[in-house]
Amino acid sequence: MRVWSLLKIYTILVYLFMFAPILVVLVLAFNSSQFGGFPIEGFSLRWFVKLYENEAITRAFRTSLVLGALTAVISTTLGILAALALVRYQFRGKDLITTFLITPVLVPETVLAVGLLIFLRWLHMPRSFGLLLVGHSIIALPFVVLVVQARLTGIRRDYEEAAKSLGASPLQTFFQVTFPLMLPAVFAGALFAFTISFDNITATVFWRPSGMETVPTQIFGMLRNSVSPEINALGFVMICITVGVPLLAGALARYFTRKKI
Amino acid sequence: MMQKDQSADKRPWVLLSPSLFAITMLVVIPMAFILVYSFYENVDLAVDRVAFQFGNWQEVMTDSYYRTAIWKTLRLSVIVTVLAAILGYIPAYFIAMTRFRDKWLLLLLLILPFWISFIIRTLSWIHIFGNQGALNGLFRLLGLTDTSLSLMYNEFTVIIGFIHVFLPYMILNIYVSLEGIDENLEPAARTLGATPWQAFREVTLPLSMPGLAAGCLLVFVLTGGSYVTPLILGGPNDFLFGNLIYDAVVSELNWPMGATLSFTLLFLLGLVVVLYSRLMGLNQLSKAFR
Repeated sequence: MRVWSLLKIYTILVYLFMFAPILVVLVLAFNSSQFGGFPIEGFSLRWFVKLYENEAITRAFRTSLVLGALTAVISTTLGILAALALVRYQFRGKDLITTFLITPVLVPETVLAVGLLIFLRWLHMPRSFGLLLVGHSIIALPFVVLVVQARLTGIRRDYEEAAKSLGASPLQTFFQVTFPLMLPAVFAGALFAFTISFDNITATVFWRPSGMETVPTQIFGMLRNSVSPEINALGFVMICITVGVPLLAGALARYFTRKKI
Repeated sequence: MMQKDQSADKRPWVLLSPSLFAITMLVVIPMAFILVYSFYENVDLAVDRVAFQFGNWQEVMTDSYYRTAIWKTLRLSVIVTVLAAILGYIPAYFIAMTRFRDKWLLLLLLILPFWISFIIRTLSWIHIFGNQGALNGLFRLLGLTDTSLSLMYNEFTVIIGFIHVFLPYMILNIYVSLEGIDENLEPAARTLGATPWQAFREVTLPLSMPGLAAGCLLVFVLTGGSYVTPLILGGPNDFLFGNLIYDAVVSELNWPMGATLSFTLLFLLGLVVVLYSRLMGLNQLSKAFR
């Protein structure tokens, strides 16, 4: 089994490659040195304080949070309706429709960004928060459809049939049976959409109106003159949010399902 | 009768219509506009004239600058894809085949990078290779050098940055197709006298091809379409085709040229996607979500 242990070591090395640089960011966030890199001079929380006092960053943070939340609402709503159609009904041209629904992923994001800008230019509309919102929603939509579709396939239709045979109207059935059963799928889709929006930079650089920054574009702008320690602290906070929230949600979901059984 | 009823059912179309409308308005029509704008004429900064002329196309086709950028992009995308495949296959194989009790942890760690900010993951390499990075710090500590070695802002760091960000896509896709293989096949090949390596090469590897191909397609297309990574980790000469688009649109405000370049990129990467879907079909790509 020597080969197997070689594979194991190789795998560990690849995982190290994936996580070591990220861990470095997390550690450097607490470095008291006034430069963003090595050597580590001591433990300090002052960069988090600086971060909190930095108005440009907190503003970008608010923009990103609102944008991400609204993107999640829009793309999850559209995505769930589309996924329901794909899972629940047989109709002609289904394969074609499925492909069409993932076209936003197949178009390079840079091209998608330029195309939408040119369309807007033709309409004589300026860049706006609205552009970012619809743009992010369309980028997230295919992923939401795929995630929700995968989860919806697992829901058995017997419950709905039972509700209907017990006299529930279609609307009652949807809101009292189908929707609660769909909630994990809804939640997963929304979380995914939020992450995609919160993380997006490629298209956001093109779409944002002048003066408006999201967290990634703000970091991108600050990078022009090396990595500041504030960026490390910001990275720490972002990782805590985007990794911590889904992990916590997953753990809670597990805990509650176990309790039920 | 039933069949007829079903095909006349309007409900799925009602459910689909918001998404179809949104994609048509925000993706299909804009793509058409890119094509139209590529024939417009750039008069001045941010000023263009409605026209039907081939000046932009002629420039893109004949100017060696653009051809160089296309080759550079192709070369870098191939390098990143091949390296990601080599780096990614073995971990995917290990995760799929291991009897390790905490396999879920390995899978969770594989998903984790998708949740971590792309820009943070990219800039984290400055902490490794930069002047104040871990490597330079280590060299100084060991007394190997007094000054900082410049290890950053070259093609190598751009490649590392790309692989780091796209590797999880590769591993996940390969893993999904390896996981779908009947686990008795390799032992069966062994009892028929195949060596472990033969069993892998003749049975497992061919069966995992769809996942490997899906991973390669994703990494290739994502690398070929990007421009941010070279801006953060590359030097002035490490630009991709996407950077030309960025320059044309954001810096020079030359919309017709930006449109021409965008359409060129769409066409080139579109060719790759079409070729792939002819060979493999697009549904392999969505399997990673199940």
